[in-house]
Amino acid sequence: MSYTLNHLKTLESESVFILREVAAQFQNPAILFSGGKDSILVTYLAKKAFYPAAIPFPLVHIDTGHNFAETMEYRDKLVEKLDAKLIVGSVQDSIDHGRVAEEKGYNASRIRLQTTTLLDIIEKYKFDACIGGARRDEEKARAKERFFSHRDEFGQWDPKNQRPELWNLFNGRMNQGENFRVFPISNWTELDVWQYLAMEGIEMPSLYFSHKRRVFYRDNNWLAESPNIPMRTTEVVEEKVVRFRTIGDITSTGATLSSASTLNDIIQEVAATRVTERGGRADDKRSETSMEDRKKEGYF
Amino acid sequence: MIDLELVTDNEQVKEEKFDANSYLNMELLRFTTAGSVDDGKSTLIGRLLYDSKSIFEDQYEAIKATSEKHGDQYVNLALLTDGLKAEREQGITIDVAYRYFSTPKRKFIIADTPGHIQYTRNMVTGASTANLAIILIDARKGVIEQTRRHSIIASLLGIPHIAVCINKMDMVDYNQEVFEKIVDDYRTFATRLKTKDIHFIPVSALLGDNIVNRSENMKWYEGVTLLYLLETIHIASDINHIDLRFPVQYVIRPFSDKFHDYRGYAGRIASGVIRPGDKITVLPSGFTSKVKKVELDGKALEEAFAPMSVTVLLEDDIDISRGDMLVRENNLPRQSQDIEAMVCWMSDKPLQINGKYALKHTTKDVRAVIKEIKYKLDINSLHRITENPSIGMNDIGRISLRTTKPLCCDAYTKNRDTGSFILIDEATNVTVGACMVID
Repeated sequence: MSYTLNHLKTLESESVFILREVAAQFQNPAILFSGGKDSILVTYLAKKAFYPAAIPFPLVHIDTGHNFAETMEYRDKLVEKLDAKLIVGSVQDSIDHGRVAEEKGYNASRIRLQTTTLLDIIEKYKFDACIGGARRDEEKARAKERFFSHRDEFGQWDPKNQRPELWNLFNGRMNQGENFRVFPISNWTELDVWQYLAMEGIEMPSLYFSHKRRVFYRDNNWLAESPNIPMRTTEVVEEKVVRFRTIGDITSTGATLSSASTLNDIIQEVAATRVTERGGRADDKRSETSMEDRKKEGYF
Repeated sequence: MIDLELVTDNEQVKEEKFDANSYLNMELLRFTTAGSVDDGKSTLIGRLLYDSKSIFEDQYEAIKATSEKHGDQYVNLALLTDGLKAEREQGITIDVAYRYFSTPKRKFIIADTPGHIQYTRNMVTGASTANLAIILIDARKGVIEQTRRHSIIASLLGIPHIAVCINKMDMVDYNQEVFEKIVDDYRTFATRLKTKDIHFIPVSALLGDNIVNRSENMKWYEGVTLLYLLETIHIASDINHIDLRFPVQYVIRPFSDKFHDYRGYAGRIASGVIRPGDKITVLPSGFTSKVKKVELDGKALEEAFAPMSVTVLLEDDIDISRGDMLVRENNLPRQSQDIEAMVCWMSDKPLQINGKYALKHTTKDVRAVIKEIKYKLDINSLHRITENPSIGMNDIGRISLRTTKPLCCDAYTKNRDTGSFILIDEATNVTVGACMVID
């Protein structure tokens, strides 16, 4: 008998361990649910970790109001299927209450505004740990993120003063008013995520699979036609066969021309691809360190 | 600006159509690298990522543009591994950065750490979970203080395999004698290390010799390339499958009619194997019972082994909570309040004799008081400093401490999970010490 685990089972075991550690060490944790594949994966891993008990954390969705209809439909079905609790934080509310001001212009986005809404929700519900689906391979500022990432009372990340994380020992101790972000799938890559979803046969939102969509071209990206994105007069809407590699706010998520229509097609495509998945994310292109800057302010 | 030559004879790494299920047999290997600015560590990692087709076009274009801006002659592959703003500005690595790549055979996690003595704590962190350490030697300099330091840390942290890469062979005309001399010197030094499995590879990270592709310039070398070693080295036996240690992490008690009497002990197996029907002992209470079921997500398992996360159900209803450990009656860990350990200190504030700290061991939290500092280790020479030893930031030494409750532990050399613990400053909640239990 050879006692070996493949890489997906090893990653699964690590993530389940982290999720159970969160339930054991914190009073009031929550899962930050964006509707993207990474937060879907985290939610399924949480179901695995605690079955037959219900997931001991609510799902928190920070809603920019600029969503794909498919995301909302999938979210609501998933919540019902897993009998989970859903809390929605609305960026529109934050705008209406004057907490933040809407950006203007063609590239206006609500990505940065999400941070305020998120920090308000954390304070309102007194969450002491927010579980996110961020992965270290996504972006260079995330490569140094801890599994248990400490945030001060202003929700800020101090990358130069992070707690060392050794072996499988995770230190979740903190002072009043502080909180943690926890990233159970830190060690997964995009390919690992898809391989695992295929191995487990998990149903995914239709946006990830190729479909016909009305899109237009801007800054090396195909963007979905949407009332939330003002178009320049020179920009032309065309119908293309596309899929999305990441799913975020509709204003900043670029589509990929692709005919991948099954999980196995996607695995083939990701294995052969030559551009990083965040290559299509306008929010990262603002400057070389835009992710690091947003994270310091309290972004996911 | 010289663009890097695209490797053509290794196209299959990424281009080959993935066999739909081949990835189900891939293993995971974690390795650590330590190094400082000049020894080519970042270049080596960049080269591994680049030649194994793990670098994407947009990443490559970004570092190419930055290299041009700096006026570099080559596309600087080292830029791929420099994450934070401060590091890019100063051209140094100040924290552990994690990198990922895979080939059809294995998935790799690199813990990339700085190599200077003032970053010992980062090296220790990166080494704590690694299966293998890459030690870089500059062929022009041979075995130096830094080589010894990195090797000693790898050995102390119980990394089972070491790959010694003798780098910059292009700068010594790919000379076999230079290589042999360094191998001899290292072997002489390595007799003092605990690590037994040591491999030597002559490489040029800058030019790609023996990293992914065999070198045309060193026909005299009959060994394998670095990537081949990483892909094939036997790691399945690194895990202890003999001594059952199951630290209880969380008790699952569903609030539903269907599972009214369900009581599952959730945890990750630290070592050993567990099967339904096994007789087990609960520590520290000493109660015994039989395993009724081992499962995950409602699916029953015939057996489970380290490092699987599972849920264990027992025949008897006994009081068990987080921090307890399930073991076998005839194979018990040490249970003691008096612990001897090696510590690596990670805080500006030195270790206090008679100081009290919070202690985290497996899933158990206790408090501890430091009784004595036996010695401080000179990590360049393994020399023991016993005269008035004090342990400050980045120091490693041997201490004895007493805990408020007994720990169920093993020697670190036998079990990296049950043989390790951390110390936490109770005022700041920061992790200040990384400790390994001594035989």
